[in-house]
Amino acid sequence: MQAKKRYLTLFSAGACLILLFCFGGIQVPLSRRGPNRRDDRSIAGLHPGARWRRFPGSLQPFSSWEQDRSDDHNEHISPRQKRDANSGVYTGRRCRMDSCFDFSLCERNGFKVYVYPQQKGEKMSESYQNILSSIEGSRFYTPDPGQACLFVLSLDTLDRDQLSPQYVHNLKAKIQSLPLWNGGKNHIIFNLYSGTWPDYTEDLGFDIGLAMLAKASISTENFRPNFDVSIPLFSKDHPRTGGERGYLKHNTIPPYRKYMLVFKGKRYLTGIGSDTRNALYHVHNSEDVVLLTTCKHGKDWQKHKDARCDKDNAEYDKYDYREMLYNSTFCLVPRGRRLGSFRFLEALQPYAGAQKLREGRRTLENFWEVEGKAGSSAVSKSVDDDMIELELGLGGGLTWQMMPCANQQGRVVQCRSQDKAACVPVMLSNGWELPFSEIIDWNTAAVIGDERLLLQIPSTVRSIHQDQILSLRQQTQFLWEAYFNSIIQDRVLPHTSRSNLMWNSLPGGLFTLPQYSTYLGEFPFYYSKLGVKPYQKFTAIIHVVTPLVSQSQPVMKLLVAVAKSQYCAQVIVLWNCDKPLPAKHRWPPTSVPVIVIEGESKMISSRFLPYDTIPTDAVLSLDEDTVLSTTEVDFAFTVWQSFPDRIVGYPARSHFWDSNKERWGYTSKWTNDYSMVLTGAAIYHKYYHYLYTTYLPDSLKTMVDQMSNCEDILMNFLVSSVSKLPPIKVTQKKQYKETMMGQSSRASRWADPDHFAQRQTCMNKFASWFGTMPLVHSQMRLDPVLFKDQVSILRKKYRDIERL
Amino acid sequence: MYASGKYSSRGPALIPRMKTKHRIYYITLFSVVLLGLIATGMFQFWPHSIESAADWTLDKRSVHDAPLVRLPVSSPIPERGDLSCRMHTCFDVYRCGYNPKNRIKVYIYPLQKFVDELGVPISSTGLSREYNDLLSAISDSDFYTDDVTRACLFIPSIDVLNQNSLRIRETAQALAMLPRWDKGMNHLLFNMLPGGPPDYNTALDVPRDRVLLAGGGFSTWTYRQGYDVSIPVYSPLSADVELPERQPGPRRYFILSSQTAIHREYRAELERLKEENGEALLLLDKCSNLSQGAASARKRCYKGQVYDYPQILQESSFCVVLRGARLGQAALSDVLQAGCVPVILADSYILPFSEVLDWKRASVVIPEEKLSEMYTILKSIPHRQVEEMQRQARWFWDAYFSSMKAIGLTTLQIINDRIYPYAARTYEQWNNPPVVKWSSVNSPLFLPLIPPRAPGFTAVVLTYDRVESLFRVITEISKVPSLAKLLVVWNNQNKSPPEESLWPKIGVPLKVVRTKENKLSNRFFPYDEIETEAVLAIDDDIIMLTSDELQFGYEVWREFPDRLVGYPGRLHLWDHEMGKWKYESEWTNEVSMVLTGAAFYHKYFNYLYTYKMPGDIKNWVDAHMNCEDIAMNFLVANITGKAPIKVTPRKKFKCPECTAIDGLSLDQTHMVERSECINKFASVFGTMPLKVVEHRADPVLYKDDFPEKLKSFPNIGSL
Repeated sequence: MQAKKRYLTLFSAGACLILLFCFGGIQVPLSRRGPNRRDDRSIAGLHPGARWRRFPGSLQPFSSWEQDRSDDHNEHISPRQKRDANSGVYTGRRCRMDSCFDFSLCERNGFKVYVYPQQKGEKMSESYQNILSSIEGSRFYTPDPGQACLFVLSLDTLDRDQLSPQYVHNLKAKIQSLPLWNGGKNHIIFNLYSGTWPDYTEDLGFDIGLAMLAKASISTENFRPNFDVSIPLFSKDHPRTGGERGYLKHNTIPPYRKYMLVFKGKRYLTGIGSDTRNALYHVHNSEDVVLLTTCKHGKDWQKHKDARCDKDNAEYDKYDYREMLYNSTFCLVPRGRRLGSFRFLEALQPYAGAQKLREGRRTLENFWEVEGKAGSSAVSKSVDDDMIELELGLGGGLTWQMMPCANQQGRVVQCRSQDKAACVPVMLSNGWELPFSEIIDWNTAAVIGDERLLLQIPSTVRSIHQDQILSLRQQTQFLWEAYFNSIIQDRVLPHTSRSNLMWNSLPGGLFTLPQYSTYLGEFPFYYSKLGVKPYQKFTAIIHVVTPLVSQSQPVMKLLVAVAKSQYCAQVIVLWNCDKPLPAKHRWPPTSVPVIVIEGESKMISSRFLPYDTIPTDAVLSLDEDTVLSTTEVDFAFTVWQSFPDRIVGYPARSHFWDSNKERWGYTSKWTNDYSMVLTGAAIYHKYYHYLYTTYLPDSLKTMVDQMSNCEDILMNFLVSSVSKLPPIKVTQKKQYKETMMGQSSRASRWADPDHFAQRQTCMNKFASWFGTMPLVHSQMRLDPVLFKDQVSILRKKYRDIERL
Repeated sequence: MYASGKYSSRGPALIPRMKTKHRIYYITLFSVVLLGLIATGMFQFWPHSIESAADWTLDKRSVHDAPLVRLPVSSPIPERGDLSCRMHTCFDVYRCGYNPKNRIKVYIYPLQKFVDELGVPISSTGLSREYNDLLSAISDSDFYTDDVTRACLFIPSIDVLNQNSLRIRETAQALAMLPRWDKGMNHLLFNMLPGGPPDYNTALDVPRDRVLLAGGGFSTWTYRQGYDVSIPVYSPLSADVELPERQPGPRRYFILSSQTAIHREYRAELERLKEENGEALLLLDKCSNLSQGAASARKRCYKGQVYDYPQILQESSFCVVLRGARLGQAALSDVLQAGCVPVILADSYILPFSEVLDWKRASVVIPEEKLSEMYTILKSIPHRQVEEMQRQARWFWDAYFSSMKAIGLTTLQIINDRIYPYAARTYEQWNNPPVVKWSSVNSPLFLPLIPPRAPGFTAVVLTYDRVESLFRVITEISKVPSLAKLLVVWNNQNKSPPEESLWPKIGVPLKVVRTKENKLSNRFFPYDEIETEAVLAIDDDIIMLTSDELQFGYEVWREFPDRLVGYPGRLHLWDHEMGKWKYESEWTNEVSMVLTGAAFYHKYFNYLYTYKMPGDIKNWVDAHMNCEDIAMNFLVANITGKAPIKVTPRKKFKCPECTAIDGLSLDQTHMVERSECINKFASVFGTMPLKVVEHRADPVLYKDDFPEKLKSFPNIGSL
């Protein structure tokens, strides 16, 4: 018994030991997890520095049902009153569309813009004139203020730097006296510069009231979201329409370039915006991060000069900048006196910068001469700063590429060919509302740094992966081409209805009109992005201008052949003939529906109207005298499915630069390349009908209608300017080409000697409206895989194309 | 007693002399000890049981045990929120610093119970269930740190989700007492129900200085763009009700209004709409005959007919979300969960997570004034888009609305993206639902560019030891005008390449690279010597291509720089009998691959092949010494979503001397192996990325009745 007791005691002691051991065992790993674990346990996670843990057990919900009831809906004031109250309270700096904009004006007549008539004797800068004339030339312009929804002043508000010669005095009084001003409601004011040395404020020097502000270099604090527009700073010779394409020609994915990050510019020794540049030397390592500054600027730089100046200046002269930056992956774009400046656009497109620098210098030199003579020290100081600003702005991150061009005026062309290196901008400008920030996703095109974290910039850019650099570069160029290479008025007016994807992917928001559809899948551009395919059928539109006299007319054959295609969903006959419509039974019987539309205007442009009766994505546009076989149509449609954003057609034409006559030439000869396909037989996306009708100006469409010619050229211009790619020519039976010039109504058109001359004229008219030549050449034609191969014809799917 | 002492002092030494009976005790004891040790070991290495054991020790934890902090009446109150705050002015970015993982560190203050001098707590609810969930989710995420000195963002454990339950002044004092308060710098507060009667401010009324506010129901006047985060109002129903995802498509009702607290002016207007449009509209209200409470929250009525809420939401294409006293409505969350497209009528409301989410793809926003036109506006939306929006709405809920955890982590991710913008999640990552992410392609070479002709191309010839044939190939290629450089990849480690003097003399630089191993992937290595964008991969026995054909191939590549442009084309087919993919090299009308024995492609694909090839494909190819071309076709088609381009007519790829060039491919076993490759790769890619086309590229005037000498590429297709 005794022994039993003893053993029991021993046993229990052992058991206790085991249990203790167990806890100890748990303790060890747990305490390893967090240094404060022991405290944690002792006071149940409530000690500062302890790990937060979920509290078990039931807690109250954050809002109870009863509480919802207590927020009784009928107690608070009428929502309509509340809205009205808002518009009274939120004015001035707190303006929003809801409170400061009268939408009812826009509802009546759509989005129409009125420009005040210009007053005699008012001075106006070239840039502002450019803005006004681009608005006046747009489809939104209205000369009737009663129809307008947005008003644009004819008073130049671009430069509000009091010391600038462009400064318009007495603006306040002038604006107040405008009869339609109405406190600024529904007005938009453009501004590039505001404030002056030394603080460069964003005050315009007059009360803008309820007007919207489209301003360059605007700070996030002053920016009124969805109301103001941040615009890039542009110079007076910035193209009005259709600027050049960007200079990224190669998608090279090199081994890392010699330099990672570079900058060359002057630094201010004192005052606003000087901190970042003064600190750049910390990051400079003379190897792959080369950031060079010089103190030499202005007349009295020696006075302010600091300890580093001599060293910096020496380093500054040591490098061949062109070589240096040609080999760099990133370039730094730090702020200057103002938050944003020219250098931003230059970062997007170096060559434009080169040219602007030249112009800018010239302007400034004049400016300097004029103002310098005044002799006032305040003025000279201001000018000095502006000079620096401009030079830095232009030079900015990319001085290297521009300097040689700028220094050797007239040799720009040579520079161009060397400007092929595109570096990714690294923005260092805290609080700058980047241009068009509401619609553009800048993270995909630039590296946005924080001035405070300057020292980390090198490791940041080093951590950016090759893939991302490749994509950043292309996106930068895309944005340049889509939004910044010219001042089309679209670009400075607010839009709200497009989705982010429309703005930030090709071909950009200006070519994707949300009025057509809000669904991305109905545009030709987003199929692969959405992972969907275009509709697998097409609608044929036959344009008829001659009366129906016999059943053997080409149009009859054409209709039957097209309707037989397995991909044909519907045929639309567009009756643009002066004779009345033939009876229904005169059309041949087909398995697909045939719709006859009587053209109202009988104008040629009506063939490109976006008819509601087109149920498919693809349109096969046909002339009545076109000769096509079912096989040819089938093949062309399968090709189009691979290229839904281009025109796929049969007969092709080409353009060339006629250097003798200094104009564009048009040729219908057989050539080894082509840049257009005739729309008398072509497949393209239905959206281009919409774009043709709404995007192009009336002037061009009227011209086409009056001549009854060139509609195909215009369509090719339009599609190529959207896609930046050539059309696609597919193989055709030989007979087609011969009949093309052969018979009937169309023949008279083609035989007309004027016809060719007209087309030449059209080319040049169109090119001038687009501001550039959008057509692109191609050297290839697409044939069926076994076309003319030495294999049994029975193996070939599209054998009819080879048969004559 | 003495004896027992003696026995025990002797201890184990006595065991052998003990009787069996006693021995059993000892054995039992030791086995228990042993078992205990094993169990301990198990605990040590079984992380799960550690957690559960930890909970077991913590079960006494309760919010009531939180230390009490008494707030003196004179305790300081922070400034009101500063409307001009932005990340670069009110946020101390130095605390976040550079971080290789580009991830901010978040610290959560331990729970304390704040009371005023009379002992009345500052909040009527204390820590709410939702805030507890939120903080716990954050503490389990990799944003969390318990080291206050390393934290970049601080989250107070003072629950301000619902302003109605707070005593404003005291809450503010409590905030100011936090040890790291520093004017609220880098502090984040979550608030879902701001304001209170009668004016219902749209942001939390608690004075909070520089605090970053994650608020539900911001208006454009209180929201500090780029600083605050707009969050949804969490719907407690999400946790209770499971709504299965429904396929997008037409629903029984067109428009549904199910909110109970709608202002009478708006209800009148909705009723007018209902009169005009009849059955298409369903207008529900609370049920008058049910008692209040949670049960009534789950029912809605129309003329005495009772509907289950939120299930009824799934029966409508569009669901109205009207503002109430506040702008943010929990109904939005219910509507999204049901896959119903929200029609949001709340002027000046900042939609949840609008900084990153593209609401145009998931909702319709209509100005309150236009309520009467709602039906017309919604009718004008294309069907396909409605379906897209239904899918998108549900995806937003799944990813960002479904729980407090989702809401909390999304908020932190948004702040994280601001601090490390270069590592931010992309628009596609935020907005594309998985099904779109899976099927969509974003080509890495997306900009439409036709590269200039001048830089030319680099020919890369892979060779082992067929020197004679190699030299012929080199001589032939050197006639191509746009050839910029020739790179010979010498894949034979046992034999040195011929002496320099023996190589053919050509007009462009010729470089020989010796490899370390005889691997097929050496052909696609991104050699530094390749300086041009265009690469021509060519086998050492392809001598039958004419200079015109090669030059034309280069011209076609310039028009399609993101595709493989090659000569012999191949096809993949689905073998219905075998139920798998089959490789086809016969005369087909279709093409889905081009052989890389002679093909142009962008240099970037070398880089992708070498470093980004999915799965074990690269090693598999090297081990089997076959199918590198098929792998390349898969890779390019997968990333670009585009088919390759076959150029020029089919040739008999046979040279007079060597009996089989294409001969190798004709071999039966070889064909089987190639089919296997296709099946293997398709399973690694998880899809069949290859695209089939029926066209090939020829010169514009190919076979046209036109004088040959005027054609740019006359010598095409000769055998």
